[in-house]
Amino acid sequence: MTLNSHVPDGPLAEKWDKHRFGLKLVNPANKRKYEIIVVGTGLAGASAAASLAELGYSVKVFCIQDSPRRAHSIAAQGGINASKNYPNDGDSVYRLFYDTIKGGDYRAREANVYRLAQVSGQIIDQCVAQGVPFAREYSGHLANRSFGGAQVSRTFYARGQTGQQLLLGAYGALMRQVATGKVTLFPRSEMLELVVVNGQARGIVTRSLITGRIESHTAQAVVLATGGYGNVFYLSTNAKTCNVSASWRAHRKGAFFANPCFTQIHPTCIPVHGEYQSKLTLMSESLRNDGRVWVPSKADDTRSPESIPEGERDYFLERKYPSFGNLVPRDVASRNAKQVCDEGRGVGETKLAVYLDLRDAIQRIGRRTIEEKYGNLLQMYEKITGQDPYRVPMMIFPAVHYTMGGLWVDYNLMSNLPGLFVLGEANFSDHGANRLGASALMQGLADGYFILPYTIGGYLANASLPAVKVEQTEFKAAEKEAADRIQKLLAIRGKRTVDDIHRQLGLLMWDRCGMARSEKGLLHAKAKIPEIREDFWKNVTVTGTPGEFNQVLEHAGRLADFLEFAELLVEDALIRRESCGGHFREESQTPEGEALRDDDGFSHVAAWEFQGVGQAPVLHKEPLQFEYAKPSQRSYK
Amino acid sequence: MKAGMKFTLKVWRQKGSDAKGKLETYELRDISPDASFLEMLDVLNKQLILTGREPVAFDSDCREGICGTCCLVLNGQAHGPDEGTATCQLHMRRFKDGDTIHVEPWRAKAFPVVKDLVVDRSAFDRIIAAGGYVSVNTGSAPDANSILVPKQDSDLAMDAAACIGCGACVAACKNASAMLFVGAKVSQMALLPQGEPECSRRVLAMVQAMDKEGFGNCTNESECEAACPKEISVSNIARLNREFLRASLCAVEGKAGGEGA
Repeated sequence: MTLNSHVPDGPLAEKWDKHRFGLKLVNPANKRKYEIIVVGTGLAGASAAASLAELGYSVKVFCIQDSPRRAHSIAAQGGINASKNYPNDGDSVYRLFYDTIKGGDYRAREANVYRLAQVSGQIIDQCVAQGVPFAREYSGHLANRSFGGAQVSRTFYARGQTGQQLLLGAYGALMRQVATGKVTLFPRSEMLELVVVNGQARGIVTRSLITGRIESHTAQAVVLATGGYGNVFYLSTNAKTCNVSASWRAHRKGAFFANPCFTQIHPTCIPVHGEYQSKLTLMSESLRNDGRVWVPSKADDTRSPESIPEGERDYFLERKYPSFGNLVPRDVASRNAKQVCDEGRGVGETKLAVYLDLRDAIQRIGRRTIEEKYGNLLQMYEKITGQDPYRVPMMIFPAVHYTMGGLWVDYNLMSNLPGLFVLGEANFSDHGANRLGASALMQGLADGYFILPYTIGGYLANASLPAVKVEQTEFKAAEKEAADRIQKLLAIRGKRTVDDIHRQLGLLMWDRCGMARSEKGLLHAKAKIPEIREDFWKNVTVTGTPGEFNQVLEHAGRLADFLEFAELLVEDALIRRESCGGHFREESQTPEGEALRDDDGFSHVAAWEFQGVGQAPVLHKEPLQFEYAKPSQRSYK
Repeated sequence: MKAGMKFTLKVWRQKGSDAKGKLETYELRDISPDASFLEMLDVLNKQLILTGREPVAFDSDCREGICGTCCLVLNGQAHGPDEGTATCQLHMRRFKDGDTIHVEPWRAKAFPVVKDLVVDRSAFDRIIAAGGYVSVNTGSAPDANSILVPKQDSDLAMDAAACIGCGACVAACKNASAMLFVGAKVSQMALLPQGEPECSRRVLAMVQAMDKEGFGNCTNESECEAACPKEISVSNIARLNREFLRASLCAVEGKAGGEGA
């Protein structure tokens, strides 16, 4: 099987226009006859579902939360990029495209990224029209800031709650369609299986998280917008219920999983403080605009930060990267924090933290301005740590935050399984090996508002889609598979909790497949994961019954999928013997310790085909061509 | 390592929405003062699971105070003792060693209990569906800077928009009123030019939906503001009342079912 990305011919800037014109349209009067399933109600899912319903399609929307408004997009803090160039500082579609390709370390598809930059401005227009209260200047114009390694100010923001405000905008649009009857909403419903009929995605099997009832839903197309897999590391900035299950279930049914080893470690999170810890909290990297990152120059310096004189502080990012300073991209900032901690210069009780110091900014622009910019973030920091960040430098450490890998999709955002579309963080397409700050919100909304509504029409207008019924064998078999798995989990009655095993997996992944990866460490993880999986299926204890609200059962099902997925992540990391973006192989670095890419060997997308649990997956490569943004060694010096 | 703390928990246990519930007592020791309240409940659940008992069902997700999923009444206070703090951001250092803590779900007719500490807040979704948005289809927006919005209006709208929809306002109110929740959304939209054209219809429809769900009336106790983890101001309720009155008296298009009539 060869992967066809379906990227249209022609000059980069004309591809999307040309492609849209080439897509066959669905007759407006016929749209209501098409049923589309959307799983997930984050930025990508909610925006897609609302836009599809506005066009006239009949949409069924599923989410595991009690309300679609609670999807994890809500937690995004910093902002959303768009190439509006309102500040007149040299931004353009081409520059946003170029920065994103370069930031992704030349492991993303040019055409997809260019299109993302093209529609970025429309997203801001749309959100403002919805009543999203973006930050404004006294003139009444929208405010912009520079963010996460960008040298232009292209980030729009709503205090430190940009994700929340954008999601509530999309949620409002979605609920408006619920009121019209075009969208049927199924909250607290979890997708357990994808149903494929004659090679096409034609429905899903779900479990009601309230009653435990398992049921099938048919459709002409299935859209997954189910987020990333960061919780395979157990501790991450993801919400507790974020999981890989919908993607993994689709993968088991034939959808290829692309670049799973591309995971992003965010440099500015609150450090781990105890073994009971259930998650890590992100401090928006917008703080790096004003905060200076440092550690003591000497190892094992136990003095309090205020008492360390200027000359004995190492502002290591400013020292090593004079032109970008504290604003280097996330992967670079994270690796450098790890490095100084490895040198014994980490701070705090665990020595696994570095300082992020607002002192100089407070002196320069005043406490009030800092409060206005970051008030709620700093308040959150104080609540969690019990320390006042206006007086004492904050302590931060990298944590798993975002996953660039995901289900493989073509230019239409359709997976290799016809009729299965994948949006947002759940797909692999736009961020390459490293995502730039404020680009996740952009991609989620681009996919949902402005790309899928066109491309899905092209599929529906062309495909032959005979009627399917929930009574037919494919659905019944998928229901049985889901119910059997639940019975099996409940029958084990072992001695370990789901959480305990999840922690064990997470720790292994963080140690061996986290910020720095080596062949030896990866081989260890590869051997260990099947053992943990076996232990899970022998020793886990799942309380309660299947036919009720049962959170332990939910978590067990998701962990079972993580335990299969983790092996693929490690395999992908093992095979990719180069460093790029968030994937740092110790064997592949420059003499200065920077990531060293191997374009001859690895300028491709690694798309994996499932062969069975414990069976070696089959690798398919989609070569990446760079006609416009010529690969160069990333340098932020 | 800081010394562990001891707690006695009295936790509301209820098998399902129709079942009768009661408080069960649990003893916990060796809890880190740096643990969050929900992490302390995780520790309790681990103990329960390992001794073959049903863990306590409670809702949480982001655990950083923004998703609005967690919803516990602690010693009679929605989200516990700290101001401007959701349950998930409350830490055990806030309590005294040896404290007894009562843990209960939101209590309101419109929020029926699903199980133990988990409630059904879909009533809020239905209120939003009635009109908590600007009716703009994808693709039909003008350039984002074509309509200027004074910074002070935008800031006030943002203050209101910060609502996380957790329902603490309802849980804290003796009337189980949803006026702060509705007032926050109505205010956000009324303060912005984008939301202005349909503000009459919006406020009438949302208030009607709110009443239909069985929420109570506001009697100006301000308990909602005190409990709100985002410190949404009761002035949003005043704005809601003003908008409602204005729409009821003046608006033609806004009358329920009055579209085109």
